[in-house]
Amino acid sequence: MSIPISMTVNGQPVSGSVEPRTLLVEFLREQLHLTGTHVGCDTSQCGACVVIADGVSVKSCTALAVQCDGSQVTTIEGLANGATLHPMQQAFNDHHGLQCGFCTPGMVMSAVDLVTHAPNPTDEDIRKGLDGNLCRCTGYQNIVRAVKAGAEGMRTGMGG
Amino acid sequence: MNAPAKTVGTSVKRTEDARFLTGRGRYTDDINRPNQLHAAFVRSPHAHAALGEIDKPSAMDVPGVVAVFTGADMAADGVGGLPCGWQVIGKSGVPMKEPAHPPLAVGRVRHVGDTVAVVLADSRHAARDGAEALMIDYDPQPAVVHLADAGAAGAPQVHDEVDGNVCYDWEIGDQAATDEAFGKAAHVTRLELVNNRLIPNAIEPRAAVGEYDPADGSYTLTTTSQNPHVIRLLMCAFVLNLPEHKVRVVAPDVGGGFGSKIFHYAEEAVVTWAAAKVGRPIKWTAERSESFMTDCHGRDHVTTAELALDADGTFLGLRVKTLANMGAYLSTFASSVPTYLYATLLAGQYRTPAIHAEVKALFTHTTPVDAYRGAGRPEATYVLEKLVEKAARELKMDPAELRRKNFIQPDQFPYQTPVALAYDTGHYEASLDRALELSEYSSFAERRAASEAKGKLRGVGFSCYIEACGIAPSAVAGALGARAGLYEAAEVRFNPTGSVTVFTGSHSHGQGHETTFAQIVADRLGVPMANVEIVHGDTNRIPFGMGTYGSRSLAVGGSAIARAIDKIIDKGKKIAAHMLEAGEGDIEYKDGVFSVAGTDKSLTMGEIAFQAYVPHNFPHDKLEPGLDESAFYDPGNFTYPAGTYICEVEVDPETGHVHVDRFTAVDDFGTIINPMIVEGQVQGGIAQGLGQALLEGAVYSDDGQLVTGSYMDYAMPRAQHIPDYRFDFTCTPCTHNPLGAKGCGEAGAIGSPPAIINAIIDALGPLGVDDIPMPATPLAVWQAIQDAKGGTARAAE
Ligand code: FES
Ligand code: FES
Repeated sequence: MSIPISMTVNGQPVSGSVEPRTLLVEFLREQLHLTGTHVGCDTSQCGACVVIADGVSVKSCTALAVQCDGSQVTTIEGLANGATLHPMQQAFNDHHGLQCGFCTPGMVMSAVDLVTHAPNPTDEDIRKGLDGNLCRCTGYQNIVRAVKAGAEGMRTGMGG
Repeated sequence: MNAPAKTVGTSVKRTEDARFLTGRGRYTDDINRPNQLHAAFVRSPHAHAALGEIDKPSAMDVPGVVAVFTGADMAADGVGGLPCGWQVIGKSGVPMKEPAHPPLAVGRVRHVGDTVAVVLADSRHAARDGAEALMIDYDPQPAVVHLADAGAAGAPQVHDEVDGNVCYDWEIGDQAATDEAFGKAAHVTRLELVNNRLIPNAIEPRAAVGEYDPADGSYTLTTTSQNPHVIRLLMCAFVLNLPEHKVRVVAPDVGGGFGSKIFHYAEEAVVTWAAAKVGRPIKWTAERSESFMTDCHGRDHVTTAELALDADGTFLGLRVKTLANMGAYLSTFASSVPTYLYATLLAGQYRTPAIHAEVKALFTHTTPVDAYRGAGRPEATYVLEKLVEKAARELKMDPAELRRKNFIQPDQFPYQTPVALAYDTGHYEASLDRALELSEYSSFAERRAASEAKGKLRGVGFSCYIEACGIAPSAVAGALGARAGLYEAAEVRFNPTGSVTVFTGSHSHGQGHETTFAQIVADRLGVPMANVEIVHGDTNRIPFGMGTYGSRSLAVGGSAIARAIDKIIDKGKKIAAHMLEAGEGDIEYKDGVFSVAGTDKSLTMGEIAFQAYVPHNFPHDKLEPGLDESAFYDPGNFTYPAGTYICEVEVDPETGHVHVDRFTAVDDFGTIINPMIVEGQVQGGIAQGLGQALLEGAVYSDDGQLVTGSYMDYAMPRAQHIPDYRFDFTCTPCTHNPLGAKGCGEAGAIGSPPAIINAIIDALGPLGVDDIPMPATPLAVWQAIQDAKGGTARAAE
């Protein structure tokens, strides 16, 4: 059984037809070919798959595509403004907040969500706020620095 | 024309970040081929079982399923087993046992997750449904899981042909001299420890795409590998019997490896073989639960160690006995890890004159164990640095001063250890002193008092680690049993308009080679970094490569690039001599400019490159067109990064919770190309070491079920667990490679666990606790406190 769905992804209206069990991340990666959103686990623990749906961060491995029918979804591909990186992306580059890059899309989307809801986070807030995102490469210290700088950039509307 | 500013030694921001930050990274699972099938592997739910009938129709009946293959199908095609790349010769010349490891099990399964069959289907869901539906007759049998049981009489046998489950029983060092040292010791410190089994958990799960092109009989395997050429060689020569020139292996962006993506895994061979079988591309991506069961695990040692000292604390001898778990099969480099990457490091930073180590490697019904970040060297460091700290406690000496007293001195290099290695250079006191200063060790007592005032216990722990990196001189590795050379290859190609393409056999999966290597090339050739492209990870584009592991990329791969650059400059001099009508010996090269000594005649590198490709007046009998050079670099020795880590913890005696309050790392990596990237490597390494010390541990039930089979059960370090570190570097450049670089990828994971555990033991000392196992979870710490209370009831009153 296929169910037709439509949503807005990175500002573009999209539609498709999915099996009921299709996850949002599968719809994004396999039907829309937006492969920036990653899958790192099967227990909703790693956060590699985080996207923003209707203003809140969502683990897209844990949402069914049909649940997001009619939603506004932003993925990592939709964050930059043309060639200008979003302040959070810029801050990750400035502070070496990524190594292999696999956790990065989810990490950046979680960080954007965190700062959207707490514009001036402390280190402690950031470490707590990223509890749902695993990174095996960086040891997090530079991610924390990046998110702090990214928050500053988001507040001032500048690159990090 | 001015050459661009030098970049080596500066924290240039990473070029590769742009694609990763915008979702344009290209990982294996991002790749899809027209008409592809999806593979799902059927894994054994039993640790040990005889394999009965596999009822293929039960899966073929599932809509979308196209094919099911088993071990019997592969065997019928003459497919071989997954090989081991390092032959260890045990005591009395007995070679290690190498039982067959078919990619799909034949007759018997030997660990939970052992690969039994593959189901191919039109969609991932259908493949999984088919795998779920496949009926298999298993006859479960008793399993042996724990190291302590594996060698016992009557233990279940993992392989019929391997008596007592002993893969090898090996030794190194001078036993008689060591016994003699113990005979005259004033003090002997003794230690028993377990080095906990870890699951690597790169965040990108393994994946593979196999393709076959009947037009020319060629294969392409895209895979999550740290070393695509090695995979091609092993798969072609040992498993699938294919000619290498017909097989291309591509490792595109890879999401972390930490050793776990070095090895040649069954799935790579199966998707490649099956692609030809069914004539369609085949894609497989592991689920995380498969990663837990099938990515090679790390560590898993049981060790007893003794240190002999004289009355004033001078080390006289070291004796070590280790049991090492190989798991169910011998993985690609498994045999080398607890031998040549472990026992050879037991001298540490010290002048211990006599060392003897014995290592018995045993098979068990568990996932294969192989190299994981540090590979053998963390195990050695944990033994030695725990032992030294315990000796200091027993002798009531300051642990820093006991170490200082026994350090190899700067004027003793090159230093031949009693366990085969010859250290080229180092200055251990320099890093110790800097770490003492940076950690404010002198005011530790005040911080301890402040913690006590809050009802907390504070402790400080040291670790002065050394590692052998930049593996390896091929002659040495070969003499020790390596079945491969361990050089690296590079090609540096000027394009006619002056940009440079560099092909490296190293593979970047987080290390930032596209930046660091470009820094080296840009500086040496006088071209802007933006005009340098680093290409890696494709056997069709790179001349050859041994890949990235053992902190070897810069020291070996970078050195190969440096050698190729030297050849470019030599060729450039020939071209310049011709163009400038001067003798070749009169041409000088500096910062991208060739000039005739003592004149103002010069040509830039860009002009030379252009002439090389537009050689209108070259004397072709003397001067070849083109500017494209390659080099193979075989290192003269290992490199020996070393340093001092100091950890301060605060323990809550009520809950057993350990808070890492302060962590100081001072490393000597030789010459550093990009301090930002190096610091990032150390940060990540320490996080993994901290994971081992405080959080992580693979747990098997007695019947061989992997209890820690997901992120729900296996505690990964998260942002909240990690402190801010204090860093500095000291520098004694490597003496034998053209970059002076030693490697930095593993130090953090090697040096940190003993510093953390030593700190906890120091904190709990007043309660009578004298040891703590890894991982030092709150429960383990609380339990140790309770046990100590019980044992010293009067003292605790
Ligand atoms: S893929 Fe791990 S949380 Fe979604
Ligand atoms: S950068 Fe590799 S997992 Fe975070």
